[in-house]
Amino acid sequence: MSEAAQERSARNAGGSSGAKVGTFLAKQGILIAFVLFMVSFALASERFLDPDNILGVIRSSAILGVMALGVTFVVISGNLDLSVGSLMSFSTIVVLDLHDTLGPALAILAMFGMTLAIGAVIGFLVGYLRLNSLIVTLGMLSAIHGLTLTWSGGQNMDIADKAGTWFAVFGQGRALGIPMPILMFALLAAVLGIVLAKTPFGRKVYAVGGNGTAATFSGIRRARTVFTCYLISAFCVATAGLIQASRSMGSQNTVGQGMELEVLAAVILGGASLMGGSGTIFKTVIGVLILGFIQNGLLLIGLQFYVQFVVTWIIIILAVWLDIAAKRGRLLSPIA
Amino acid sequence: MTRPALRLENIVKTFPGVRALDGVSFEVLPGEVHALMGENGAGKSTLMKVLGGIHQPNEGRILVGEEPAVMANPLEAKAKGIVFIHQELSLAEELSVAENIYLGELPRKSFGRVDWATLYARTDEILKKLKVGFDARTMVGTLSIANQQMVEIARALTVDAKAVIFDEPTASLTDSEKVVLFEVIDDLKKDGVGIIYISHRMEEIFKITDRISVLRDGEYRGTLVTKETTEDDVTQLMIGRSLDLSRNHEHAEVGDVALEVRGLSCGDLYRDISFEIRRGEVVGFYGLVGAGRTEIAETLFGLRAPSAGQILLDGEEVHLGSPVDAIARGISLVPEDRKGQGLVLGMNCRDNMTLPQVGDLTAGPFVSDGAEIAIFDQYRDKLDIRTPGWRQTVGNLSGGNQQKIVIGKWLSMHPTLLIVDEPTRGIDVGSKSEIHKLIRQLASQGYAVMVISSEMPEVLHVSDRIVAMYHGELIRTFTSDEVTEDSLIQAISGIRTDGGDKAA
Repeated sequence: MSEAAQERSARNAGGSSGAKVGTFLAKQGILIAFVLFMVSFALASERFLDPDNILGVIRSSAILGVMALGVTFVVISGNLDLSVGSLMSFSTIVVLDLHDTLGPALAILAMFGMTLAIGAVIGFLVGYLRLNSLIVTLGMLSAIHGLTLTWSGGQNMDIADKAGTWFAVFGQGRALGIPMPILMFALLAAVLGIVLAKTPFGRKVYAVGGNGTAATFSGIRRARTVFTCYLISAFCVATAGLIQASRSMGSQNTVGQGMELEVLAAVILGGASLMGGSGTIFKTVIGVLILGFIQNGLLLIGLQFYVQFVVTWIIIILAVWLDIAAKRGRLLSPIA
Repeated sequence: MTRPALRLENIVKTFPGVRALDGVSFEVLPGEVHALMGENGAGKSTLMKVLGGIHQPNEGRILVGEEPAVMANPLEAKAKGIVFIHQELSLAEELSVAENIYLGELPRKSFGRVDWATLYARTDEILKKLKVGFDARTMVGTLSIANQQMVEIARALTVDAKAVIFDEPTASLTDSEKVVLFEVIDDLKKDGVGIIYISHRMEEIFKITDRISVLRDGEYRGTLVTKETTEDDVTQLMIGRSLDLSRNHEHAEVGDVALEVRGLSCGDLYRDISFEIRRGEVVGFYGLVGAGRTEIAETLFGLRAPSAGQILLDGEEVHLGSPVDAIARGISLVPEDRKGQGLVLGMNCRDNMTLPQVGDLTAGPFVSDGAEIAIFDQYRDKLDIRTPGWRQTVGNLSGGNQQKIVIGKWLSMHPTLLIVDEPTRGIDVGSKSEIHKLIRQLASQGYAVMVISSEMPEVLHVSDRIVAMYHGELIRTFTSDEVTEDSLIQAISGIRTDGGDKAA
């Protein structure tokens, strides 16, 4: 899938035949940055490259990563999704609560159904009613949080009989020696990466985000395309919620709080344009990993946990700046 | 002899592959209204951009009064007293009239506070001169287009204008609004300001101008004194070229009626339009901007629901609710705004070309690279699209090649009816004639083609029949044998010369 994704990125990056250093940096800058980070952290802390540490980072990034996959679709279609953190809390609480009454299988099914229904509402509002996605999803962030609290009555949720269920498999199990969260993240990334890069639907997502009017003029059903992107995003959120619930077997109402910004950060770090029309699943995965390794690395070199928030955002803003600077060939805006 | 307020001497401006202005000289006397005429593409707007500091001339010089002036940018042009009243308004709708007029130059009090009293007083003084029915505090967004134009004019009056350029100022005005505008121009004239008046409307030109200068194909063709000339003289000077260019194509064999439109209306945009287009026939739609031609095309492409009337394709009535319906019925539209409507600029050439049918070009669930490349290669060769390869981002191509991508996109759909809206807007001369040739070829291959154009030579050159529209009405349908430039110009100005020949 990385090959497919890279071909797609080559297609979209707009490089001319005379490949200049600038265009190379613009295209591959994120990978270079990734390598630089890894090397410098590895030099600073010997534990950094330890396989257990690496696996641990990827595992703890998996939930964020799964959500970022869906948001990549939404962002490429030219919209935003700020409701994913709040929606993830909802799925987690719902699946935990239903687990004890319906049993794990039905609980998971019901949770996916409800999460997708909320995704459909957002998709309808943004796609068919053409409401501004920032406003819709910011509103949904609060509304879903309210829904979650109403559902739970403000209480934490716990699975009563933790030993008597197979539900923990998604968060704590392993297959082929690989932790399930990583496996699910990888599988979903592969499938969605192919959908985006190789199917007609993926092409339509790029077209709608690149120029919605031109897409309409080419007979693409713009509303339906945007709607589907939000459904994909909701599906990813439900998966993330499942992993989260299964890992902890109990949860607070606020488990996903603030994650919408981290998710968006990973997508932007991966180089997707907030204007829509560009980005790839592969790059988003890199963005997710960079975020995870930065946070891990900062801890390992002994910085206080809270410093990571500051550093993360400095890095994101730098990345966006350099990306834009490479595109226009100068560091400062031509119209100052 | 008075010395000119403004003088352009031997201006040459070239763009890659085009000599847009070829030694144009032109002057405006103080207190004179000087019309600048020419077909679209004759170089009027390039000349005005040189004057306004947007383009720098390759040769020649500009004199304001007697001083040679270099306009490095629009601000310098304004500082030297050259003021433009643009066709497209550039006002901030959420600000008051006064704020718009003095934008960037608001009078200040201490600590940088805006001196509102002075601002409103000054503005009202100017508005009084213009005899308008609104005051300095009015929000610009609440004003009619005509009144917004008055705000633009008021803005011009705040500087010590040597010359004011009006670019198609009456395009969106009603008759009574025009009267007010002409009074304002008259006042400016009395104040000794030189006025350049750009318009296609003969009636206005003869009513308010003193002299008329004509450009054609980037060349200066002469200046006429309005009182001593006739519309025919001006038209002759504008069109000039050997007239047989208009009919130098072969008529294709005409087949069955592909499209029939009966009594189609859409609110105020167009009314009671009836025409038909046969296979193998190119029907040109000519008229001024805003005549309703694009709106008809949008209805035929499912983008704009009609309020009345019928559309028949191959004799069968169709209801086109969306472009998806229209495309399924074999209608294709090459839209007028290539970059905004025709292309996804950030996508590559191939993906743009196959966009309408990408859902059908599949192998299993995936888009078939081979099928896509085959289509791209076929139309790249057929249309002679010059690009390093299909991976090239469309935004990096020249306008002509971009347009060919759009045309290729729709030809590859094998439409019954191909609608082409302003096929050569913003395209260099070479590609232009290629596209004209292509349109004729398509007709000879049996396509029914509807061409909308605001360029008369283009309409005359490609069309078998020409529909002239004015203010949403179909004035007359000409065959290419009977049409003359004069009759066409009259028709699109709303003058019905022929005994009510409205039916197509």
